[in-house]
Amino acid sequence: MYKNFLRYIISVLFFLGVSGQANADFKVGFVYVGPTGDHGWTYQHDEGRKAVEAAGIKTTYVESVPEGADAERVIRQLAQSGHDLIFTTSFGYMDPTNKVAKDFPNVKFEHATGYKREHSNVSTYSARFYEGRTLLGHMAGKMTKTNVIGYIASFPIPEVIRGINAMTLAAQKVNPDIKTKIVWVFTWYDPGKESEAAQALIDQGADVIMQHTDSTAPVQVAEKAGVWSFGQASDMQRFAPKSILTSIIDDWAPYYVERSIAARDGTWKQQDTWHGLKEGMVAMAPYNSAMGSDLVKEVEQLQKDLASGKTHSFTGPIYDQKGNILVAEGSVADDGMLAGMNVYVKGVEGDIPQ
Amino acid sequence: MIKIEKRNDVSPSIYFLTPILAIFLTLFGGGIIFFVLGFNPLEALKFFFITPISDLYGFSELLVKATPLCLIAIGLSFCFKSNNWNIGAEGQLIFGGIVGGGVALLFYGHDGFYVLPIIILAGAIGGMIFAMIPAVLKTYFNTNEILVSLMLVYVAKLLLDYLVVGPWSNPEGFNFPETRQFSESARMPTLFDGLRIHAGIFITLITVFLSWLILYKTYLGFQIKVSGLSLKTAKYAGYKGKTMIIIVFMISGACAGLAGVGEITGPIGQLHRNISPDYGFTAIIVAFLGRLNPVGIIFASLIVALTYLGAETAQIFLQVPKYTGQVFQGMILFFLLGSDYLLFFKIKFLGLKKNEL
Repeated sequence: MYKNFLRYIISVLFFLGVSGQANADFKVGFVYVGPTGDHGWTYQHDEGRKAVEAAGIKTTYVESVPEGADAERVIRQLAQSGHDLIFTTSFGYMDPTNKVAKDFPNVKFEHATGYKREHSNVSTYSARFYEGRTLLGHMAGKMTKTNVIGYIASFPIPEVIRGINAMTLAAQKVNPDIKTKIVWVFTWYDPGKESEAAQALIDQGADVIMQHTDSTAPVQVAEKAGVWSFGQASDMQRFAPKSILTSIIDDWAPYYVERSIAARDGTWKQQDTWHGLKEGMVAMAPYNSAMGSDLVKEVEQLQKDLASGKTHSFTGPIYDQKGNILVAEGSVADDGMLAGMNVYVKGVEGDIPQ
Repeated sequence: MIKIEKRNDVSPSIYFLTPILAIFLTLFGGGIIFFVLGFNPLEALKFFFITPISDLYGFSELLVKATPLCLIAIGLSFCFKSNNWNIGAEGQLIFGGIVGGGVALLFYGHDGFYVLPIIILAGAIGGMIFAMIPAVLKTYFNTNEILVSLMLVYVAKLLLDYLVVGPWSNPEGFNFPETRQFSESARMPTLFDGLRIHAGIFITLITVFLSWLILYKTYLGFQIKVSGLSLKTAKYAGYKGKTMIIIVFMISGACAGLAGVGEITGPIGQLHRNISPDYGFTAIIVAFLGRLNPVGIIFASLIVALTYLGAETAQIFLQVPKYTGQVFQGMILFFLLGSDYLLFFKIKFLGLKKNEL
């Protein structure tokens, strides 16, 4: 009896050991900067995580992790507790991610929106949000009556400047008289500040509002004031059904599923990913029919052209505010220039805060 | 009829036992919350309070987290003991961090043993100066120190925002809101390879010892305690109230500034907008949980630090919402204040008398 029992235990342990090697306990961890219910940035990353879960891979997430001294511990704990692939989804996790990656060479790390890949097990990924901004600019240029477009911007980093420029260039193409007014709120998520900024822009004559911040406050202010707006990160249509023309959607799900499966199957390699409309990492919410079916068709065509590469958001000639040429006629800006963009194009009002 | 009466004699042993009682009640209350949320309470509590410190790394993280809390709370105990309500330790921490970080940036690329001590000193002085604002306004203009110190927190936060976005931002950092990484000479040395526990813990321990010395072995400490118990008595005894107010605020601010500088030269290594996850406010809980007693504060800071780590671990292993950590901190304070009330007052249930109806 006792011997049989022992044999049984040993066989169970052996079985567990074998199945463990077959990656049955492969786990993916996610570190979020905000709450999953922000309806913006973190919400979309969590949608991506759910897709990974739906693909049959176990996931864990930690939300509202401050970008200070705590981030390193959370990432390390995920690595230590048997997670094989860890997505760190905010810029501020860049240094902690690389630090932990050094100590866990067998764990894979993916950092969103950063540029440091100090170890071979760290990849970076981001989306070409500026392609969506080009579509927004086209619509804004057509829809504005006051020729003033209000832009709520977070931080003067290349990603945000790129969006402002792409939008302004596209708007100028269809309406040479437009001006872009910007309010810098220096936050990614602060409904109070964002709605104040939206109101200030409307008071200055803007009748189209767009945002590079994550809360739904600006679109709600726009809805109340009866001006047009665009949603950010996720489809915010239900928060401002009349005002929203469309939303730029960050769709991380295909990437997260692909990378998780690659890591599980041992085909994961270090890379720097920058996907856009073509791959579907940037997607557009349904277009508001209030802008008229002609414009909707135009925008849909432009979306196809951007996705196929027929049109590029930054096609020359492009001038800076002083009139110096940035991109020559007939050529397009390369990724290196886009990645480090730190000047406004002509037509944007004000200076980049330094 | 219920009547509330003040108790005349409170036994000192019970006075120091109630924080422990509060912790047990919190564990019990937490267990109920976990149960209601659909988790196995014992398992959840294990992940919350035991798993985080079950290895050396976890224990080191506990100390990393407790170090600033303990330091700030020690400083606050000087203020609270003397009835000065300094609520702005968070601002003093940030301002200390700004001054210390500024010096660290000034010495960018310099080597030398003298760099770190200068930074630490600068941080302490920064916090001290920032804490003197509410103290001077209180003593000479009769303002309310609670409001002034609290509002100065936002001043410090916005100043830090301005600096890291603008003039102090990393020139190679693509305008991201952060400074350069400090040079190695400006970093707090770590004590063990692979662990983040750093020399800041010695600063904390020395501060604890010095504050015990000041509070219990000096005339100043005696004055502080007397003014806390009765301001009138202190005045009658001829203590210089104004000087004392400024001194306790200076001590408190210096401690918070040290905590700030410890964070930026220790685990963080640069200035950015999130150098403190509200340590300055949490330290208020720590100070009271530790009964404003230096040794008590050491234990209290460890327990409160554990609630932070536990919240992370419980989320990783059980996907318990992260805000349960704050719920636990709230419960500890609630049960502590609740048991304090019953400690100092007794509730008498009197029968209704006929003529009262």
